[in-house]
Amino acid sequence: MIRWLLWLLGGLLLGGIVHLATVLLLPRTATQDAYTRLSPTAPANSIAPLPAPTPDDAVLPFMDPAFATAVCRYDLAAGPLKLRVPVSQAYTSVSFYARSGIAYYAINDRAAGRRIIELDLMTPEQRAEIPDDEEITAADRLIVESPTPTGLILVRTFGPEPGLMPMARRALAAAQCGTQG
Amino acid sequence: MRLLAGFLFAFAVAAAFGLGLTQFALTRGTAFGAITIGAWTAWPKTGTSDIDPYARAAIARSGELPIGSGDGVAFFASSDDAGRALDGRCMVTIAGTTPAARFWTITLYDLDGRLIPNAADRYGFTSQEIARRADGTFEILVAPRARPGNWLPTGGIDRYVVVLRLYDTPVGVATRTAKDAPMPAVTAAGCA
Repeated sequence: MIRWLLWLLGGLLLGGIVHLATVLLLPRTATQDAYTRLSPTAPANSIAPLPAPTPDDAVLPFMDPAFATAVCRYDLAAGPLKLRVPVSQAYTSVSFYARSGIAYYAINDRAAGRRIIELDLMTPEQRAEIPDDEEITAADRLIVESPTPTGLILVRTFGPEPGLMPMARRALAAAQCGTQG
Repeated sequence: MRLLAGFLFAFAVAAAFGLGLTQFALTRGTAFGAITIGAWTAWPKTGTSDIDPYARAAIARSGELPIGSGDGVAFFASSDDAGRALDGRCMVTIAGTTPAARFWTITLYDLDGRLIPNAADRYGFTSQEIARRADGTFEILVAPRARPGNWLPTGGIDRYVVVLRLYDTPVGVATRTAKDAPMPAVTAAGCA
């Protein structure tokens, strides 16, 4: 009897390890994460509008239907990325997600303080290659470092009421995302 | 032989317990860094690089992109202030005020994060389109059948979750209590 209780205890301890291991490994093996879901519709390093969520069809769960959303799926292997988002009248935000869906940076129109949100996205290695003097002259350039070479940028504009959604979508259409040029 | 049986038993326990615990933690959500105010819970750290491993695994599994902390914060409610699960066949009122924010949206989802189908094609409200009382407070009626005022249709679904998103708000990781963030009351108002 004691022997079985010891086996049970050993099993529970091992179960704890299994639990921690699966939690830590799951992000790397997930086949339905946001990046994978968006890959078929969003070409790399360009901006693509996402269809408004409906009960039957939503690219991602828990999308806010009061927003028009566009995504830029990036791959920094070819070099740093330039993002240019003219702000809409209501509200505009830009959120950066690492490959696994971690929101590592987000900025809205008010925090950007300008009519156009302009950002350079690069890996820490690419940033280290920028000459120091250039970094000083371009002090008003906002540089964001991506923790992973691939990831997602979500550009969202607010439609305060359903009648204003076309305006939000039009504002979104002016956003640009691409490698240097 | 007894050794083998013991090993098999221990491995079976380990698999069932370990995987069961993972499944449970990822579907129920965890308590790390949660702010609970009345019926509402938010996980502001989930919108930052400081996200905990459980939330990381949960978003990888669901495909959700959490709202970034520089954008806003999302409060979830799946039960009323008394702790009863929200039932789409009954009426629930969401009334009061919201924390300081440039604007907010309130949306109904099923438990998998899909919008809830309804004849009015109405899935939520924004702070700009809501009808308010003279003192600035509001009351939203979440009910299966049409009601006068701010009616949000449930489509008669049995379980749902309400998400209140505050945008451009000081509410975040530093928020602790209802004094920092006065959330609206969620009250069951009887089943039709």
